[in-house]
Amino acid sequence: MKFVDEFRNAELGAALSERIASVVDPARHYKIMEVCGGHTHTIYRYGVADLLPPNVELVHGPGCPVCVIPMGRVDDAIAIAKQPNVVLTCFGDMMRVPGGTGTLTDAKAAGADVRMVYSPLDALRIAQASPDREVVFFAVGFETTAPSTALTLLRAKAEGVRNFFVFSNHVTIVPPIRALLESPDLRLDGFIGPGHVCTVVGARPFRFIAADYGKPVVISGFEPLDVLQSAYMILCQLADGRCEVENQYTRVVPTEGNLAAFRVLAQVFDLRPHFEWRGLGFISQSALKLSADFADFDAELRYAVPGVRVADPKACQCGEVLKGVIKPWECKVFGTACTPEHPIGTCMVSSEGACAAYYNFGRLTRRRSEHRVELAS
Amino acid sequence: MTSTPATAPLAFADEREREALAKIARARAVATRAPRFHDAHITMAHGAGGKASAALVAGLIAPGLASPALDALDDAGLLQIGGLGLAMTTDSFVVRPLRFPGGSIGELAVNGTVNDLAMVGAKPLALTLSLVLEEGLDTETLRGEVDAIAKAARAADVQIVAGDTKVVERGHADGMYVCTTGVGRRDARARLSPASLRPGDRIIVSGSIGEHGMAIMLARREFELDSEIASDTQSLWPAADALLSLEGDLRCMRDATRGGVATVLNELATASNVTVVVNEERVPILAPVAGACELLGIDPMYVANEGKLVAVVAPSVADRAIELLTHVQGCERASVIGEVSADPTGMVLVNTAFGGRRVMDMLVGDPLPRIC
Repeated sequence: MKFVDEFRNAELGAALSERIASVVDPARHYKIMEVCGGHTHTIYRYGVADLLPPNVELVHGPGCPVCVIPMGRVDDAIAIAKQPNVVLTCFGDMMRVPGGTGTLTDAKAAGADVRMVYSPLDALRIAQASPDREVVFFAVGFETTAPSTALTLLRAKAEGVRNFFVFSNHVTIVPPIRALLESPDLRLDGFIGPGHVCTVVGARPFRFIAADYGKPVVISGFEPLDVLQSAYMILCQLADGRCEVENQYTRVVPTEGNLAAFRVLAQVFDLRPHFEWRGLGFISQSALKLSADFADFDAELRYAVPGVRVADPKACQCGEVLKGVIKPWECKVFGTACTPEHPIGTCMVSSEGACAAYYNFGRLTRRRSEHRVELAS
Repeated sequence: MTSTPATAPLAFADEREREALAKIARARAVATRAPRFHDAHITMAHGAGGKASAALVAGLIAPGLASPALDALDDAGLLQIGGLGLAMTTDSFVVRPLRFPGGSIGELAVNGTVNDLAMVGAKPLALTLSLVLEEGLDTETLRGEVDAIAKAARAADVQIVAGDTKVVERGHADGMYVCTTGVGRRDARARLSPASLRPGDRIIVSGSIGEHGMAIMLARREFELDSEIASDTQSLWPAADALLSLEGDLRCMRDATRGGVATVLNELATASNVTVVVNEERVPILAPVAGACELLGIDPMYVANEGKLVAVVAPSVADRAIELLTHVQGCERASVIGEVSADPTGMVLVNTAFGGRRVMDMLVGDPLPRIC
């Protein structure tokens, strides 16, 4: 594929890998967090970690919009889906996320009309094609997907659609990063910044990470060479004793972000005073709800949802895993109560979560480190 | 700046890690030995060919029906009747839309059953045909499918020897469902077993992968994507026939239908208790399929094929196997995509084209597109 394969070139990867090896201090252990789930996917899909020295560790952050939705909100979505005459629409991978009482896939099997869409506009189209049904879009995602929800609502309003509703679970990226950084036991050396979010919000919102907390940030693209180059840029900053926000993804991310997207977000959404994150607890001003102007489209006002908070089990230590304080296998419920088939915490929900990855691939990781030791000696 | 001191992550340096890994190994051993089915409802995941499908069959359906032929859970059951080795199999077809680029439900119904026979080394001889028709189905559509069935049967050299027709009320079937049952004669050259993979054996695919699944997905018009991807539906008996000349050096064949090549390789790795290593850059994929998969966030290794097989052969005959396949129509792009390594992990590993390594696991549910 033209313009894609170039960013997956193995020779360039190997060359970059050598350069990375030349800037790291062999006596030091580095922990770099990739904030975004898209980066985690790239890292697994292409085996990017294999091109890093063994003392550079990638920690998977809280930026998988599907994994961070708390169980109570999934239960609310299921309750909406079970209302008579409702068609609940959502993105594909949301259908597998467990709430306290099962998943949307289960609800569909039990008779609810749950449909997968690729875009909120598809949901609006379903609403327009079936005026006798109430079509609800289960909106999830960071600033990356929120503008498309906002545009869809603007169109629904302009076209006078009365049977389309949005159950907003949009979240913002900066508050959870700040929450992680505030934690006294944090053990991270730098951040691979969320490229897609930055196409909307730009680079500025991440300056506090460097300025206030002294950690380098490199905003990164999503191809394997992008991620590898971003790791290199972070390691260079650490070697030079610098601490800045750098933009590796210049082909897409403008420093000031996308002002038009900001405008529609401000038109359609208000900040919630607080929102619960799976594995991280309540974080203030970390999510978006529909503004008063769009109250007619707000599924939370339209339907009586249980709104019950389903507590993450006490034994679940996803928060510590995310902060790099403990390894997945050190969690009390890892591999017993919490498995990929029956996940409890956010890190086990997605196959790219740190715990699920370790559960499935742990033996491989171990062999890899043995192999590395052989090479070094 | 905080940083943890350098601690080399040596094997089993941590007692807790050792315990955790032992726990996982025990849980997996129990799950493999005695699968149980706990789900309260059947979901679409149970039909997707991944872990959930395997659990349904092994945990709920097969135990009550145990027979020596069924217990092998192979593509077709093997029978000995009066000294004659026979293979028998059955399959239902519920595809939507009924017609799609490259084929239709009728052709699938013939080729799918023919291929299940071919994969156990049996020459397909005869099929039965069962039609479930929905009230209101257009007669011309039905006529078209009967023609397609007749044509595919001629191409595969099988006879349709019996049939049945039922009509159900509107809304109870998606236009039409087709069920075929097939009988074939075991080829004397076949020494096939999914448990026979040995270290060093080569993994072969008979051509480019992912075409059927993507053709169907795009034909549903749920995504506004236009492309020239056509289903690869075809009889695999000619390919199987060619490979059977390798006799004992042909370890096993599987058609990579639901769950794709990834699922087949996981099944073989588990059955033989070996590791399968795939070299990603050797896997043939047509550019439009790669592009559509990329856009939709789907891994082509998990996408269904209806005319491609995975074969495992002894290393000494790998080149010969490719030579044999490239002379079979539809297998011109056959390729050695990997090999069997001795590690008794039951895992499939991929050497990525980028130079890294990853695990290619069984699919957990339906192949759902990712949002980011």
